[in-house]
Amino acid sequence: MTLNELKKKMPCRVTRVNAKGMLGQRLADMGFCPGEEILFVRKAPLGDPIHVQMGTYHVALRLAEAKEIEVGEIR
Amino acid sequence: MSSQDTAMSADASKPLRIALAGNPNCGKTTVFNGYTGARQHVGNYPGVTVDRKEGEVTYENKRITLVDLPGTYSLTAYSMEEIVARRELSSNNVQAVIDIAEASALERNLLLTVQMLEMGMPVVLGCNMMDEAKAGGVTINMERLSKALSIPVFPMTARSGEGLKEVLGAAVDLAGKGQREPLRLSYGSDVDPALKKMEDIASQAKLLADKYHPYYVALKLMERDVDMLQEAESADATTTAKLQKIADETFKHVRDTLDSNMESVITDHRYGFIRGALSDGVLTQDPSKDRLAFSDKLDTVLTNAFFGPIIMLAVLYLMYQFTIEIGAYPQGWVEDGLAALGDWVGDTMQDGALKSLVVDGIINGVGGVLSFVPLIVIMFSLLSFLEDCGYMARMAYMMDRIFRMFGLHGASVMPYCVSGGIAGGCAIPGAMATRTLRSRKEKLATLLTLPYMTCGAKWPVFLLLSTAFFGTEDAPKIMFTLTIVGWVMALIVARLLRSTIVKGEPTPFVMELPPYRFPSLFSVLLHCWERAWMYMKKAGTVLLAISVVLWAMMKFPELPENLSAPLEQKIEVAQKAVDALPENAPEAEREKAQEALSDAQNTLSEEELAYSVAGRLGKAVEPLLAPLGYDWRTDIALIAGVAAKEAVVGTLGTAWSLGEIEDAEDEEATKSLSDRLKEAPNWSKATALSLMLFVLLYSPCFVALVVIKQEAGGWKWLFFSMIFNTALAYLVAWAGYRIGLSMWPV
Repeated sequence: MTLNELKKKMPCRVTRVNAKGMLGQRLADMGFCPGEEILFVRKAPLGDPIHVQMGTYHVALRLAEAKEIEVGEIR
Repeated sequence: MSSQDTAMSADASKPLRIALAGNPNCGKTTVFNGYTGARQHVGNYPGVTVDRKEGEVTYENKRITLVDLPGTYSLTAYSMEEIVARRELSSNNVQAVIDIAEASALERNLLLTVQMLEMGMPVVLGCNMMDEAKAGGVTINMERLSKALSIPVFPMTARSGEGLKEVLGAAVDLAGKGQREPLRLSYGSDVDPALKKMEDIASQAKLLADKYHPYYVALKLMERDVDMLQEAESADATTTAKLQKIADETFKHVRDTLDSNMESVITDHRYGFIRGALSDGVLTQDPSKDRLAFSDKLDTVLTNAFFGPIIMLAVLYLMYQFTIEIGAYPQGWVEDGLAALGDWVGDTMQDGALKSLVVDGIINGVGGVLSFVPLIVIMFSLLSFLEDCGYMARMAYMMDRIFRMFGLHGASVMPYCVSGGIAGGCAIPGAMATRTLRSRKEKLATLLTLPYMTCGAKWPVFLLLSTAFFGTEDAPKIMFTLTIVGWVMALIVARLLRSTIVKGEPTPFVMELPPYRFPSLFSVLLHCWERAWMYMKKAGTVLLAISVVLWAMMKFPELPENLSAPLEQKIEVAQKAVDALPENAPEAEREKAQEALSDAQNTLSEEELAYSVAGRLGKAVEPLLAPLGYDWRTDIALIAGVAAKEAVVGTLGTAWSLGEIEDAEDEEATKSLSDRLKEAPNWSKATALSLMLFVLLYSPCFVALVVIKQEAGGWKWLFFSMIFNTALAYLVAWAGYRIGLSMWPV
């Protein structure tokens, strides 16, 4: 499952980040690393970008960027 | 390296240089202001539009220069800010770093700290916004964190001044001790041996030894950092090739065995180290408290699918109202003040070219620059308020979907609106507002297309022409359509630019949505003062020169004696006729005589203008612009409009020998001009439409051009704006003229 597929507030964990180069670095800078907990919060009024919570801060990213992040649900 | 450092610290007269580093939104600006107060100056790093801020501080009789590095999350080579920060740190002038971390997001903030420690920088860590963190249930064991990172760590709340002194003291202590050994993390059994080998080679070859520790050179080359690679290659190509070969082999190995790329392996290990340092109760979070709860509640309304866009439109509209409407008062005072100065100089100086230079050239030119200062001050206070409180990031978040289609960024919305996306703005504060765009390509495309918006100075032209040719009833419709045409052209051209000369993948959007905070008034005011001052310095000098050149163009060569004499004689005759009128002459007769006098005076100014360089230029380009339906009078007005769009109507007035129209919104004055244009044989609805389109799109005014050059970082963009926009205006106006002719046959 990738991050862009999430629809409702659901805690997940990053399993893998596929992006390389500048996007890969930006995602890493913002804390998108395997093992990190992530919570989908909501979508922008036009459905894209999305708003997620990483631990104690909020991050907005485009759906195309979220597609590069593989996540697994925390049960 | 150490010998150099001792030499520096021994030199007591030279102030210590301490850098202030940290993530965006970590409260670094408040820390900087807390240390330096108003004793700071802002400049630009050479060649890039990244602010360079420095301030003076004294600590126990030691003079310290505090350098505020741009806020970054990392020290890679992916953005100008990061490269600038890195160069400053590696310049050997910085003796210590104060690293500001947001206490509530410590893990992410420490990523930058670790990278500076890997450079071997002496770092003091200040965990800022402790009050907010405490309220959010975060506790940090400073002592144990300090041990884990082997650097001094202090709690801080810059807003109240808590912790500022302790951190500065520790930084001064560290500065005396010189560089430290770089922090060496383990990057796993695949990378570590290769990295050691690379460090040894770099160390033996003394590769970039005057700037970096060999470990850092090796690590950056392992990360395949473009900037370091270039630097190393130009210093020693053979050694670099050797190092690169090892890095490539390791990269291949990592890719094959771990199915991962080098950058993420390195970042993952950095985070691993940080998590280790924060584990075991060093950082604890009370799960019952959430610092984001309040922000989250606000966001459910402010970014709601229905209310979000409505509130945003209201905010944009209010901002525009504030800037333009309220700004009009101080703008008027500045203009009145300068007009009074002009009058005073006019009365005291003797008539002649010098007086004309001072009044029409210099005072007018300076006035043109200064009258924008109130607008800039107000706009920037509002802008930095919106940015500091966190709403700007939400606007970008909401608008991104639309702007992305045209190769722009959600944050482009603000510069467009300020420039006149809401009719009546101004491209100058608009262009300066592009600073909030952190992605270079998107910023450039925004900057180059925002002059198409209907700024306040184009408004009088539209008002005059639409009322004269389309009637009072239809004029508002025409003007609204022009605002829409401005938006459509801006977005289309932006798309065009992004697939041609500003080509390239979109810059990643990934952006922090900082929690809503109430910004400190001091920081807001300081920020707008800095902007206004920078604008006055940069725009002022260039503009004064341009203004003088334009004055000379409209003034010289002067009408020769044999041509001006008969006209002057006519004025004299008319003047005598007025003077000769008896006291009790009927009002109608007096008016008639007065009219004859001003007609004679206006004919002289028309002839003078036609004879000047500008007039000749207007006549020379007449055949070129004839397909658009303009004659030489319109052409002169358009040339003058490049100096300032306000001048278009005024110059048309002079060229149609109506005397100078001082206030374009003065109905009396423009009425006679619109009557004259309506009667003119070569003017029609089609001409008016064509001219309105041309004025909407052609070259930005000089002040805007100078600011565009400054923000885009190069003269070529100034010339691009001038030439490309004029060519585009020509095409669109021509099409408009042809369509107009077929719709309304003369």
